[in-house]
Amino acid sequence: MIDGAPVTVHDGDTVAAALLLADIGWTRRSPVSGAPRAPYCMMGVCFECLVTIDGIASEQACLRHVREGMRIERPRQVPGLRA
Amino acid sequence: MSGPDFDLAIVGAGPAGMSAAIRARALGLSVLVVDEQPAPGGQIYRAIERMSDARRLAIFGADHDIGLALVERFRAAGATYWPSTQVWQAEPGWTLFATRDRTTIIAKARHVLIAVGAMERPLPFRGWTLPGVMTVGAAQILLKEGGLLPRGPVVIAGQGPLVLLFAAQLLKLGVKPDAVLLTTARGALMRGATHGLGALRNWPYLVKGAALMAAVRAAPMPMLRGVTDLTSIGGERLQTVEYTLNGVKRSRPASTLLVHDGVVPHAHMSLALGAAHSWDDAQQCYRPTTDDFGRTSIASLSVAGDAGGIGGAALAALAGECAALGVAADLDRVETRALAAAISDLTRQARRHRHVRPFLDAVYRPHAGTHLPDDVVVCRCEERTAGDIRAGVAAGCLGPAQVKSFTRAGMGPCQGRQCTLTIAHVIAEARGVPVATLDAPRIRPPLKPVTLGELAALATKAQVS
Repeated sequence: MIDGAPVTVHDGDTVAAALLLADIGWTRRSPVSGAPRAPYCMMGVCFECLVTIDGIASEQACLRHVREGMRIERPRQVPGLRA
Repeated sequence: MSGPDFDLAIVGAGPAGMSAAIRARALGLSVLVVDEQPAPGGQIYRAIERMSDARRLAIFGADHDIGLALVERFRAAGATYWPSTQVWQAEPGWTLFATRDRTTIIAKARHVLIAVGAMERPLPFRGWTLPGVMTVGAAQILLKEGGLLPRGPVVIAGQGPLVLLFAAQLLKLGVKPDAVLLTTARGALMRGATHGLGALRNWPYLVKGAALMAAVRAAPMPMLRGVTDLTSIGGERLQTVEYTLNGVKRSRPASTLLVHDGVVPHAHMSLALGAAHSWDDAQQCYRPTTDDFGRTSIASLSVAGDAGGIGGAALAALAGECAALGVAADLDRVETRALAAAISDLTRQARRHRHVRPFLDAVYRPHAGTHLPDDVVVCRCEERTAGDIRAGVAAGCLGPAQVKSFTRAGMGPCQGRQCTLTIAHVIAEARGVPVATLDAPRIRPPLKPVTLGELAALATKAQVS
C-alpha cells in the first residue's frame, strides 16, 4: 500500500523500486522547501528515498524489501514548520 | 548486553569483504560479516545469485563467473553472515551495534575491517534534485535487482567507464538510450596518453573498454562529447534536459536523466571512527591513510577495497586478502614465512591491475565541484547552494566543519555523504587554496539513523544484564 493505494510489485523488490514502478513521481517533499524528491542513488548513501514504513518514519526505501501488506507513506512535511 | 565474540568483524560483503572473510577463515579466524544488502556480492555483483544464466551473461559478460564463484566460496567459507543489517555504531574494543528489522543486535570483535566499497561521486548541477534524475549506478542497480528499465526518453550524462558499460548493457537488453552526453573535456585522451604505456600492461582491460566504446558508438543514437552546463528542467518531475555543446545551448525531452562522474571511496565510516585521511589529488577524494595491509591509524581497524581508494573489483578482492593476513599476523595466527609468501603472491597479482588506474584517473578527471554557479544546490538534504557555502567562507569559515555549523550544509540525513567533496572543492576554490590543505570533514554518530525505541530497548537490556 502506497499512501493507502494498493500496488502490486515483484517479490524481492526494494521499497524504492516499488515506488519507482508505481510511477507516482515524487516520493517525499523536502522538509526545507517542499520541493519534490525521488530515489537517487539506490544504494543507501543519498537518503532521498526516506519514507514512512509501517508507521516508522525516515526509513531508507532502497534498503528495505517489500512484504505483503506493507504500508508505505510518502513524507510531506510543510515548509516553515522546522524549529 | 554482550553479543557473540569474533576475531574479525567485516563490514561489507562485496569483493573485498568476501575475499577477506574467505582468507581469514582459511587462517582459522572466527569471522562475522555484516552487510546492508540481502545477499552477498556488493554493488558490482549485486543480486548475481538470483539472476537467470542468460540475464547474468547479458549484464556481467565475461566477469559473471568470477563474481558467482566468489559468492559461492564466501557462502561456503564458514563466516557468520548477517545480511540486511546496518552498522550504526562501532566502539573501540570493538563493539558493533547494528540494526535489522528495527531491532539492534550487538557483536564483539577483536578487529574490524571496513569493506564498504565505493559510491558515485556527487555531480551537482542545476535541477539535479528533480524526480527523474538518478545516478547511472542507481539505474544499473534497478536493472540487476529486478530488471526495472529506466522510463524513456532516457538521457545518460557524465563520464567514466560506468557510463559506457551501462549504455552497452541497456543496448544488449534491447533498450536504446535517446542520447549519451559525455562531459569529458576534449583532449582528455591525450592527457591520459602519458599513462597509456603503463595501462597497456593491463591490456585485457583496455580491450574491454575499447569494445564497450565500439558497441555504444555503433548504436543509432547521438553520443555527444564536451557537453557542459547540464540542467534538468521540470516542475514536479523531469521534462527537459538542457546542455551546451560547442557554445550553443540545446535541449531534449527526457523522463529519465542518468548522471555519473566516476566513483569515490565511501569513507563515511572510516572518517566517523576517526581514522586519519588524506586528500587524493589524482582521484579528487578523501581516502584513509593505511599501510600495505590496510591498517588505519586506529588500532585494530583496517580498510580494504574501494573504501580505501578506488581500484576496482579485482584489486579489492586482493586487498581483502591482504587485510585478512594483516589481522592474522596481529593476532599471531599466521607464520612469518607463510605470510611473506602469501603477500608476495598477492602483490604480484595486484601489480597488473594497478597499471590501468593512472590512465583512467587522467582521462576522466572529475570536474564536479569546481566553478559551480552560485544558485546550484550542493547539499541536497538542507538545500544549501554553492553561493551559501561561499557566503560561509566570506564570513570566515575555513573548512567543511565550520561551513556545516554556519550554513547547515552537510547536516541533513545523509550526513554529508552527498556533499562533503563538493563543499571541500567550493571552499578551497573560494579561499584560493588546494583542497588538501583543508581539515578533513568530521562525521558524528550514529553512522545510520536509529530509532529512539531501539536505543531505549538497548538500555533495558543493559540493566537486565
